[in-house]
Amino acid sequence: MSDFHDAFASAFSLIFGLNADLVEIISLSLKITFSGVALSALIGLPLGAAVALLRFPGRGAVVVVLNAFMGLPPVVVGLVVYLLLSRSGAFGVLGLLFTPTAMIIAQCFLITPILAALTRQIIADLWEEYSEQLRSLGTTPARAIPTLLIDARATLLTTILAGFGRAFGEVGAVMIVGGNIAHSTRVMTTAIALETSKGDLPLALGLGMILLLLSLAINGGAYVLGDIARRELR
Amino acid sequence: MTATILPLVFDGLCFDASGERLIHDLTATLRGGARTILLGPNGAGKSLTLRLAHGLLRPSAGSVRWTGNRAQAAREGQAMVFQRPVMLRRSVAANVDYALALRGLARATRRPLVDEALARAGLGDMAKRSARVLSAGEQQRLALARAWAVEPEVLFLDEPTANLDPAATRTVEEMITAIHEAGATIIMTTHDLGQAHRLADEILFLHRGRLMEHMAAAAFFAGPQSAEAKAFLTGDLLW
Repeated sequence: MSDFHDAFASAFSLIFGLNADLVEIISLSLKITFSGVALSALIGLPLGAAVALLRFPGRGAVVVVLNAFMGLPPVVVGLVVYLLLSRSGAFGVLGLLFTPTAMIIAQCFLITPILAALTRQIIADLWEEYSEQLRSLGTTPARAIPTLLIDARATLLTTILAGFGRAFGEVGAVMIVGGNIAHSTRVMTTAIALETSKGDLPLALGLGMILLLLSLAINGGAYVLGDIARRELR
Repeated sequence: MTATILPLVFDGLCFDASGERLIHDLTATLRGGARTILLGPNGAGKSLTLRLAHGLLRPSAGSVRWTGNRAQAAREGQAMVFQRPVMLRRSVAANVDYALALRGLARATRRPLVDEALARAGLGDMAKRSARVLSAGEQQRLALARAWAVEPEVLFLDEPTANLDPAATRTVEEMITAIHEAGATIIMTTHDLGQAHRLADEILFLHRGRLMEHMAAAAFFAGPQSAEAKAFLTGDLLW
């Protein structure tokens, strides 16, 4: 029991002492997650809206795949990206394996299907309400994609933040493609895994608490923002 | 003035949904310049006919024909105002601007047109407000302004005042009259006899998906031919 007590005490001193390693790890985590989710949003939102609005052969299959990929096991994504980026892989020449870029790519693979699938549902629902009016105004389905994405912005923001939460707490994929290299690709989740297995509980706990707090802050922010946006934009 | 897209011809128009025929063999010719009211009780097929005419629904049989052979001209010559207009989640001005942008007008051209459209609807000082927070009457005026801004040759209106109180109804009817006086042909549904009296030049009376009467408004109100129209005019419940 005193082990835990000591661990908590040291964790707090690490946090409030702004330990340099800790700060580095946290900032890399945030940077990778922000980039990964931003990239996913750029791909996933238009993709989801396009699947919702355009009629093309194989559309049903795309919907099924998107929904299935929402629950992709991170380690499998990690493995696939690892194979693609390793020296003998298709993109091996880029030398990206074990870099933060590789971790961003892996997170993008994980989050894009989630954002696309949720966006598809949101945009399809909105189209129900809008379709007659927009068709009357002369909107083509392709033109309706940006229109509906803009009009669904409040709901889509919460969706993006949900993706952010998932990316932030993810460990399997970034561990495999990043390698958890100190001062290079070590992020909060991989550091926690490592420190726990090493038995260095204070650092692991400190990181764990910060991860939890940041997740809470992000989700709280999502809730408040979504609420404000919904009231503003009924 | 470009070539007119009127008259509009319904030729043996039929519409089925879930195996049931909702519009039966409707044939009529709507000439330009008039205010045509599609009158009838709920479920008569007024809104369906309007949607078929506007191209939002495809006829199950028969056809809707516009004059001239340019599909784009026919499409751009029309606008529609719905019973519950959908306002985009952006400002009042942006809602009008959106409709103009879809017609391919440049931004600089659009700005004065937006201001003019809002002024005509009495919404000039609400331009920057979010369209979604307007009252029902203001939203309907904005919908009219948005439809008017593109200067349609034909304006369809589907029960435009069904959700409005008398004051808002009056304002909307004044706008419809102004749009008509500015040169647009009005084709509108209502189940409100008083409104038909006030606005109609010609009446199409529908009952259970069939066109029962098509005549000048004065003649229709003076002496309808069908038993259904007589009953409707005397206020009997029809179903």
